[in-house]
This record gives sequence, C-alpha cells and structure tokens, in this order.
Amino acid sequence: MNGFTLTPVETKPLSFSLPVIGAAGGFVGLFVGTAHGSGLMGVVIGAVALMVLAYVALVVLGLAQEKITRWGLVALFIVAGVLLAGVPGFVLGLLFGLFFSWFIFWIGEGRYRANLAPYLTSGQVLWHYAFRVICGAIFIFLITPILVVMPLSFNAQNFFTFTPEMLRFDPAGYSLKHYQDFFTSNEWQQALRNSLLIAPAATVLSVSFGTLAAIGLSSEHVPFRRAIMAVLISPMIVPLIISAAGMYFFYSRIGLQGTYLGVVLAHAALGIPFVIITVTATLVGFDRSLTRAAANMGADPVTTFFRVQMPLILPGVISGGLFAFITSFDEVVVVLFVGSANQQTLPWEMFTGLREQISPTILAVATILVVISIALLTTMEYLRRRSERLRGMSPS
Amino acid sequence: MSDSTHTGPMLAADGTPLKRSLRRALRAQKMRALALIAPLLIFVLLTFIAPIVDMLFRSVENQIVGNTLPMTVEELRDWDATEVPDEQVFRALFFDLFLAAEAKEHTKLGSRLNYEKSGISSLFRTSGRDMNDIGEVFQDALEEIDPAFEEASTWVEMMSGGARAEPNARLMSNQIARLEALEATTFSGDAEFLPGAAISDILPNTARAYAAFAAFTQFVDGKSVTKEEPWEAVYAALALDLEDPATKTAIASYAGPGADNLRQAAAATLPPIAMRDAFFESNKDWANVTFWETIKTYSPPYTTGYFLNAVDMEKTPQGIALRSEDERIYGILFQRTMFMSLMITFSCVALGYPVAWILANLPTRTANLLMILVLLPFWTSLLVRTSAWKVMLQQQGVINDVLVWLGLVADESRLVMINNQFGTIVAMTHILLPFMILPMYSVMQTIPPSYLRAAKSLGANNWTAFWRVYFPQSVPGIGAGSILVFILAIGYYITPEIVGGTTGTFISNRIAYHISSSLNWGLAAALGTILLAVVLILYWAYDKIVGIDNVKLG
Amino acid sequence: MKLTKTLLATTALTVAAGTAVTAQDMANSMTIVSWGGAYQASQDKAYVQPYLAANPGVTATWDESSAEAVAKLRAMNEAGNITWDLVDVVASDSMRLCDEGLAMEIDHDEMLAAAPDGTSASDDFGDLIVSDCFIPQIVYSTTFGYRTDMVPAGTEPPSSVCDVFDLAKYPGKRSLQKRPIDNMEWALYCDGVAKDEIYDVLGTDEGVERALAKLGTIKDQVVWWSAGAETPQLLADGEVFIGSTFNGRLFSAIAEQGQPIAMLWDMQSFDLDGWIVPAGLPADRLARVMDFLKFGTDTQRLADQAAYISYGPARASSAPLVGKHAELGIDMAPHMPTDPANASNVHIYDYEWWADNRDDLDAKFQSWLAQ
Repeated sequence: MNGFTLTPVETKPLSFSLPVIGAAGGFVGLFVGTAHGSGLMGVVIGAVALMVLAYVALVVLGLAQEKITRWGLVALFIVAGVLLAGVPGFVLGLLFGLFFSWFIFWIGEGRYRANLAPYLTSGQVLWHYAFRVICGAIFIFLITPILVVMPLSFNAQNFFTFTPEMLRFDPAGYSLKHYQDFFTSNEWQQALRNSLLIAPAATVLSVSFGTLAAIGLSSEHVPFRRAIMAVLISPMIVPLIISAAGMYFFYSRIGLQGTYLGVVLAHAALGIPFVIITVTATLVGFDRSLTRAAANMGADPVTTFFRVQMPLILPGVISGGLFAFITSFDEVVVVLFVGSANQQTLPWEMFTGLREQISPTILAVATILVVISIALLTTMEYLRRRSERLRGMSPS
Repeated sequence: MSDSTHTGPMLAADGTPLKRSLRRALRAQKMRALALIAPLLIFVLLTFIAPIVDMLFRSVENQIVGNTLPMTVEELRDWDATEVPDEQVFRALFFDLFLAAEAKEHTKLGSRLNYEKSGISSLFRTSGRDMNDIGEVFQDALEEIDPAFEEASTWVEMMSGGARAEPNARLMSNQIARLEALEATTFSGDAEFLPGAAISDILPNTARAYAAFAAFTQFVDGKSVTKEEPWEAVYAALALDLEDPATKTAIASYAGPGADNLRQAAAATLPPIAMRDAFFESNKDWANVTFWETIKTYSPPYTTGYFLNAVDMEKTPQGIALRSEDERIYGILFQRTMFMSLMITFSCVALGYPVAWILANLPTRTANLLMILVLLPFWTSLLVRTSAWKVMLQQQGVINDVLVWLGLVADESRLVMINNQFGTIVAMTHILLPFMILPMYSVMQTIPPSYLRAAKSLGANNWTAFWRVYFPQSVPGIGAGSILVFILAIGYYITPEIVGGTTGTFISNRIAYHISSSLNWGLAAALGTILLAVVLILYWAYDKIVGIDNVKLG
Repeated sequence: MKLTKTLLATTALTVAAGTAVTAQDMANSMTIVSWGGAYQASQDKAYVQPYLAANPGVTATWDESSAEAVAKLRAMNEAGNITWDLVDVVASDSMRLCDEGLAMEIDHDEMLAAAPDGTSASDDFGDLIVSDCFIPQIVYSTTFGYRTDMVPAGTEPPSSVCDVFDLAKYPGKRSLQKRPIDNMEWALYCDGVAKDEIYDVLGTDEGVERALAKLGTIKDQVVWWSAGAETPQLLADGEVFIGSTFNGRLFSAIAEQGQPIAMLWDMQSFDLDGWIVPAGLPADRLARVMDFLKFGTDTQRLADQAAYISYGPARASSAPLVGKHAELGIDMAPHMPTDPANASNVHIYDYEWWADNRDDLDAKFQSWLAQ
C-alpha cells in the first residue's frame, strides 16, 4: 500500500503454502458441502481441489503466467458455481474465484510479508492478519444493514422480504416502483421539502449560537463553567422521549406546537451539544496568543474573529454543523410530538410508513440517502486530499 | 529588591493600582465570555430546560381533585375512612359534581382516579349523567308550588336582592375563581350578576349554587343569566335551605324581591333531601368505602402517588405498600433497562476498540476511507437501520436463511434472534457503535506509536506492551465512549419498540405508552424523572472522571 | 375558550340548515387526521378527492396521528390551540373525547345528509352512534389470518378462534396485539367461558388469572404487535402461522398482494371507526368541516369507500350500494366483516367495561408480559 516493501518477498515452500491453501479450501468446502448434504465430503473435496489448483498455478504455470492463471481460476470457480447452484452460484463463484485467485499467489509467493517488519515471528504475522480479519468482520457488521437495505428497495412486492424471485435473480422479482412512488408521491416530496427546510434552519441556529458560546466557554475565566456546560450539553443526554414530551406540552401552551418555528427551535436545541463539543475541542488546541497578536496589530474583535479565529476553528464548526444537520435530518421522536401534518419530515414519513404500511418505499428513500451520503463523504475526502496535494503536504 | 522607597500598591501605566486594574480586566473578560455564552444559554433554557422542568412538574401535580370537588374534599377532611360518608358529604358531592358535569370536567377526574382504583371512571361518568335527574325532583316540586320559579327573571331579581340591594361580591368572585380553576382558564370582564348580601345570608346554599350557575352561564356559555332558567342544582339548593327551620323564620320577615314566592315555597312540603340514597341509586359503588378512600387519599393538591406507582408501590389506608405481585412492572423494567444498556455498552467497547485501534494505526489515507464505513451507518436513518436488522434477524430472515442454506441450522429449528433482548442488543450495538468508535479514535490518535515500539524494544512482549503501555493511555477514550453510549442507550425508544418484543423493551417504551396511549401523564412524568435522575448522576460521574470537554466526535 | 365554543355550536346549526353561511365564510383548508396507509388512501379517494374536485380552491392536509389522537387533542385543548379540523378515531376514543368535552357534540339529523329514501341520518346509522360526538364511518373487525401453506399436512385448516391456542394441532408462531383487549376475551372463550359471561368472569381476579393462564399456554410462541401493518408483514415473511389484525389489512395482503393467506372469521371482534370534530374550532374552519362532513358521510360516499378497502359502511342504506373493488374488480360484499357468512360468530367488545378496567387490566397484562 505504501508503495515500498519492508520485507523482501520470497516464494514459500510448497510444504507451507499447499496445506494453508488446502485448509482455506476445506473451510469453504465445509459450507458448500453441508449445503449439498455432506460436510465431510465438502471438506475433503475443497481441500484437495484447492491444493491441486494451487500446485498448478504456482508450480506448473508459475509466476510468469500469473495474470492468465488468475482469470482462469475465476472462470473455473464461476462455472463450478453455476453448475452447483445456478444464478446465485454465479455470484458466489465469482466472489470465491476472485478471492482464491488472489489468495493462492498471496500465500504462495509470500506477499503477505511485504508490508510487515522483517523481524516478526510467524505467530505475530498470523496475529497481525487475524486481527485484520476481526476488524474486517466488524466493518462488515457496521455496513451489512445498509447492504441489505439496498437490494430490498428494488423489491417488486410491498413487503420487506427477499422473495424467492429475488434470490433467483429473476428480473420479475425486481422493480423500480418504490423509487417511482417516492418521486411521484406528494407526501414524500413534501416531506423531503420539509426536511430540507427544517434541517438547515436548525443547523444555522445551533451553529451560530453554539460557536459563539463555545468561544465564550473557552476563555479562561468563565464563572459557573461546569453548570453552564451541563445545561448546554443537556439536550444530548436527556432521554429523547422526555425531551419530546416536555417540548410537546410546553410548546403547545405557547402556541409553537405544530409550527415550523417550533420544530426548528426543538431541533436546534438538540443539535447544540454537538456543536459545542466539536468546537470546544478545536478551541482547546487554539493558540490564544494569535488573537492577542491580532488585537495588538489593531484588529477589532469582529475582524479578529472572522479573520483569525474563524478560519482556524472552521473544521470544528463544519463538523459540528454536520452533526447538527444529521441530528435534525434523522430525528423522528421530537418531530412526531412537536410537529403537525404540515411539518412532516422524511423520518416522520418513514416512521408512519413503517408503522402503518410496511412499504419498501422507505428503503428506496434510505438507499437514495445512502448514495448521496457516500457521494458527499467521498467528495469531501477527495477534496481534502486535493487540498493537501495543492499545499504540498504528503498524504499522511 | 528595588531601591525605590515607594511602598504603596503597585500601579498600572495609567496610575490605577495594578490589582484593581487587573481585576477590572478580568471582570471585563468574564463579562465578555458571559455575553458570548448568554444567547445560547437563554436559548437552551427557554427551548429545552423550561419544557422539561414543566413536564417533570406533572409528576407531583394533583390539583384536579380539589378543583373538581372542592366542597367534597372539604367535607371529607374529618372523615375517618371507616364507613361510607354521611349525607353531608353527599350533598357537597352533589353540588360539586353537578357543576363539574355541566363543565364536562367530571370524566377527567374519573380517568385520573381510575389510575388508582379501577371502576371510578364509570362511577363519575354514569353519575354525572344522573345529576340533572336528582335535581329535577326539586325543580318540579318548586315549579308546581309557584310557576314563577320557572321564570329566569324571578330568579335574577330574587337572588340579586333588587336593584339597590347591597351585593355580596365576594361570593361571586369565589365562584368565578372556582370555575376558572375547574376549566383551567381565566375569564375577563365583570360579572353580570351579583348576589344580594341579605338573600345570601338567608339562603346560603341557593346563593352559592345560583352564583355558580350565573358565572357558568355568563363566562362559559356566553349567555345572559337574565334569560336562562337556573340549573336543577339551584332548586335543590333552595330545597336544602328551606329544610332549615331558621331559614323559614328569616324568610317570614324578609321583604326583598321574591319574598312572596319564597314564603309560598317555605309553607309547602318539599320532597325529602336524601342525596346519599340518590347517589346509591345512581351507582351502587358510591356505597363502597374503598372508592371514598381513594378520593380522600388523592385529594391534596400535590401527590407522591405517581412516584410510588413508578416504583411499584401504592398508597393504601394502612400506609405505603408494595403493589401486588401481578402488577409490579417498573422494577423489572428499570433493572432490564440498566442491564441491557450495560450489555450494549460492553459490546460496543468490544467491537469498537479494535476498529478504533486499526483506524488510529493505519495510514491516514486508508483510515479515512475506512472511516466512511463507520460514518455511513451514522448517516443512515435510524429507522431504516432498525428495519434492516429486523429483516436480518427474524426467523425467516437473512441470517437464518444463510445458516439454513449452509446447513448449520436445521430448517425447523431456526434461531430466535428478534423480539427479545438479543435482537435489541444487536441492533442497538450497531446503532451506537459509531458513538463509541469516534471518541476512542480521537483519544488513540494522540497516543504516539513510538511508545509501543519503545516498550517492545525494552523487551516487553506484544501483550505486555499493549496492556501496560497502550491500554492505560486509551482508557479515557473507553470512558468517554462508554458513558456516551450508556447514556444514549438508557433512553432509547424507537429501536426497542421495533425489535424488542416483550422482553427487549426499555422503560422509555413504557413512558411513551403512558404519554400517548394510557394518557397517564403524571406517571409518565414520574418515570421520566427517575430516568432523568439516573442519567444526570451518570453525567455527573462522567464529568468528574473524564470531563465533558474531553468528548470528541470525529 | 368555551364561550367561543358554544357560540360556534350555534353557527354550526345554521351551517347545517344551510341558510346563513356562504362559501366566503368557510376556511379554504382542512387538516384531516387519520391512520395512514391503505385506510387513509381509501378515505382520500372516496371522500376527500371528490369533495376537493367539487370545491376548487379548497385544500386538505392529512395528518397520520389517529393513534395519538386523544393525547394530542388533550394537549391542544390545554393549550387552547386546536390545529386539527376533523379526526378519525375508533369508537372508544370518541367516547373518551366526548366525555372530556374535547369533541363537539353532533346533531346527526341536522348536520348530516339523510339516506336517499329519506331515512334520517340517525336512523340510518342506528346503534352505531355510540356517542353524541361520533359520526360512524365503517365497521371493521380484528380477526385472524393464517398462512395456507403452513397448515400441517393432513390437517384441516383452522376454523375456530380456539385453534390459535392449539399448539399441538397447529404448531408455529402466532401474532397477537400487545394489549389485553380482545386477547383476554378470546382466551376466556377458548377456556370454556360462555360468550355472554365473558365480562362477568373477566371482572374478577380469578377471571383475569384464568385468561392470562390460557394466554400463557402459547406465550412462548407469540409475537406481539402494536401497529396494524405488522401481522401482514409477519405472515408474508412466514414468521408466524396465524395472527390477528384488522380485516382490511388481511384483505389487502390476500387480494392485492396475492399472499398465501386465508381469513379466519370466527369470533372476529367488531369495532367502529368514525369522525369527530374537535371542540373549539373557529367559525370559518368549522363551517368548512361541516360542509365536508355532510358530503363525505352520505350514503353514496360511504359505499364508495368500500371499493378500496374491505370495511363495512356504517350506514344501513350504503350496504346495497357496495360494489366491486376499484382496481381488482372483485365483489367486495363477501369480504366485509358484516357479511352474514363471516359474521356467524362474532365478539362484541364492551366499550364501557373496558373504559373502567383498562388501566387495571393493562397493568396486569403488561406485568405478565414482562415476566
């Protein structure tokens, strides 16, 4: 990954690589075998098949033919997959093929050592990769629900179920009707508009108030700092249901219940702790002599703030603002209480959709939102790298 | 040190003593800081803290009994709670309930008391309907004696004591205040009618009942009292007044308007007043002493009843006692909420630690890409993630399907992973994991990797190096993440509702139930107060141990 | 607050009489509260869209808050700020709202249209007017649906509500509503209590224990639902073999989604759903709502609704007009809970009894669930 290797790669003896690859094959064979009746047979066939393939790839064809061998292996696995399990087998075969074609050379050529310090023992190398596999599993845990949601949003039926047609990859099992529903339904479009109106308004409120307060809090001599901090953080720690109920009764009494202003105020209050936390965190590292220097050179406090302080704490403000935005954009409990029909937001619509008519439209919405957030996150990452490059900093 | 002979206070450049000058500067700085904080503080206090305090107040509020049945509560003060109260109490109850029924407030009281004792709801509802019938007996009798009693004008004149009579303004304002309390509102404008002082001395009950009627007619109904025939309760009150021989004597010498009509009524025989029997006839439960006990127990304006209820206790005539076993639920729920929040916190630590470690130790480029995987679920709607877990965990769900397809689980014995604690823990661990990873990551980023290498080069093995050098430095991250996750978990509501079934629900679900379904807002507020207290204690501990400034999010 | 209310009640009467109020005095928008889903869609198609078409310039907003209607109306009333114009509630909620003065009393004959043959509205609705504030719309029932493909081979499909309690004959999970109402009655009925004695038995502590004990025999196998959409989803997934829900939901899963599900009508529990008008509306909004109600609750409109969902119209005069499903073209009458073939053995749930005992039984039920 780093473009250089710590340890020279050397081909491993077959006495090491064949058993390892065979074991991996046996492991996969176990599942394929049990799915077809006999686990033991699966293990044996898997192990033997993989050892033979590894021998052919590493010894008979050799490194020179690596590219062709790899494609050959993928094709072989796909054919086996299709023979065993039809269309789903094609997908599994493709995945296994890609994995093993890489794995055989990775193990056989000792490439796994490339990025590790040369003095590590085999045990440490094993642990190193085992740890990565564990972390990989946790990352999979983190994103599986999202991976599950995406195909379901193309369901041709109105239920949250993988229908047999979908599992057979039958085109009849898929449809875009839930997307169509989202784009043509007045309620969903109104909800989208409401969300896009309420969330930015709430974010602006909490960011502007929050940043000022964070700057105030970061000065050295604030009386009752702890108590003030506790009050400002409270919207995050008070259980949502309590906040929602309290705001509901109180806002009803002062005529804010069921108004845009009410929902915006409530969401702004919920977003404030995030702004406070992130901005104070950036201010901890802020060198106060900079403001003094600015003042010394004759800048008034407002100029100092916008020209000196703001650019430096901007990352914290932006990240706090993002948190505040997502808090409002994803908030359902409070808006259900404080809002009324005219303020239905996307999460509200999703909630009623989930409760009253379990319809995959909400999954279509979710998929769209996920795609947008992936695009946003990658764009941000790309921009960050670009600005680093432009500023001549090495990437990390 | 210096050779200066100056012994006074040190002076600043402008000649003021340095101490004062510094203090002034400090004060200016403090004021500036407070001025920056003030807008937000006021904002949060108004939009957030005030609503919560306001709601928590509901957990002790109990004015409804005293406001709805003020005279009954007064009469019950000396009742010894051994047998059904006497006629006196029932008479007070009649007038109270009559007004409450006119204002349609009696069923609210019924539902309030029904939380404490089943059956009171219908007691008030059915008897509220019968109030008119009970009073009608007297109305019919009086109108038969003198048809003038049918006329609204007769009553207005008689009760105001004529145009020049001295008014009893206090009686009227008392009745208006009572009505305001009952309706929980304020009326503006002067009373159209004022009872006469003389007549209210002679006919105290009638004057009070008529004043209540007049106040209601003017302020609630928005009609003129001069055009409305009085309520049945006013006739009953007159009959009650006439029962007293002293009243009859007083009427004999009374000369105000309507004196003749009154004398006629006093001379005739009216139906006997037996409110107790009338109530028993309306609903036999009025003869049940336990219902009266409940009314008396819950008559003070503030009550601990909701809090007792929230800890599975109740007030009985013998004092405070645990509820019967089949009605205890909140103890179990609080325990379960704590237990599951702990489990979720532990799972988050177990899963979050390796991830945070690898993010902190990978090159920034790779770490940032992997960070997207952590943030992505964070950006996905909570509802969607929860439903996704439903799709994954159910018996015909993705995980079971895969396990069955692999042959690890037989088709008949699919695993039950949802609608129980397991489902809630898995789904909530997933949802709260980013809140654990982010603070851990920000702490681990600050631990120089050279420490670990130094430890190893000094001869520590991997484990020792990690456990003795790295781990202690990462503890603040664990602490920050744990308390954050625990506090968030303990108040969760949507996810347990969807995947929790019966054994995986939290106390918050019960609070939501009491707010929107059973409408027992007092109990919801009491449960909320307890939950909030737990969270605040945790927050306090957190602030002590970690310091709230040390939380970092990304 | 109440002053205006009463003044308004008088205006309402004049509206209904159709004399004083013209279109200029009516508000141009309405917020209508309902349950969401297919039910709300059927109301929209049968009542609201035709009304809006006939009254250009008027708009209607739906609020899917009927499940929290009583709580929200109470809070709105406390605050003196009523934002809803018309609310769809179940019968028991309408009684509660009417009792508490949160709903406006309705003079059915004055305010609503008579049947085409001249029968007055109150006679046409008959007994279904369970409270003075309630304008009935539909009769629905809570009943069972089961997966036809999960009936054990060689066994008859379930035909009695007691089959729900028979784990030996019909193994598999069941889904029941997470509340004592209906479940307790079914349990006692299947424990051998005669139908007309159910509430007497349930009124005693032993009766409650007996009902819970009966439910206890299947407790491990029960998935408890709280929203009407859950049972159809559980049945579609094959998560449960049999489950209770509102009959319209099952109809939609069977007829519209083609799921392998069949109805079990035995001991279906009848309930009503209808409109209430919140007390304390300003005159112009009230006038608009009353104008809409007169149109939206007439004989034809109620019958039209049955073309979209299998709930029985509340007017006797609407029954003969029930036709075919708007899209599928199938006869709707046999799918109505009130159809004689379906209603041979029904359970009539006692609103009054539950109003009294709900808090108490609910506490016991929830604590039983949590154990």
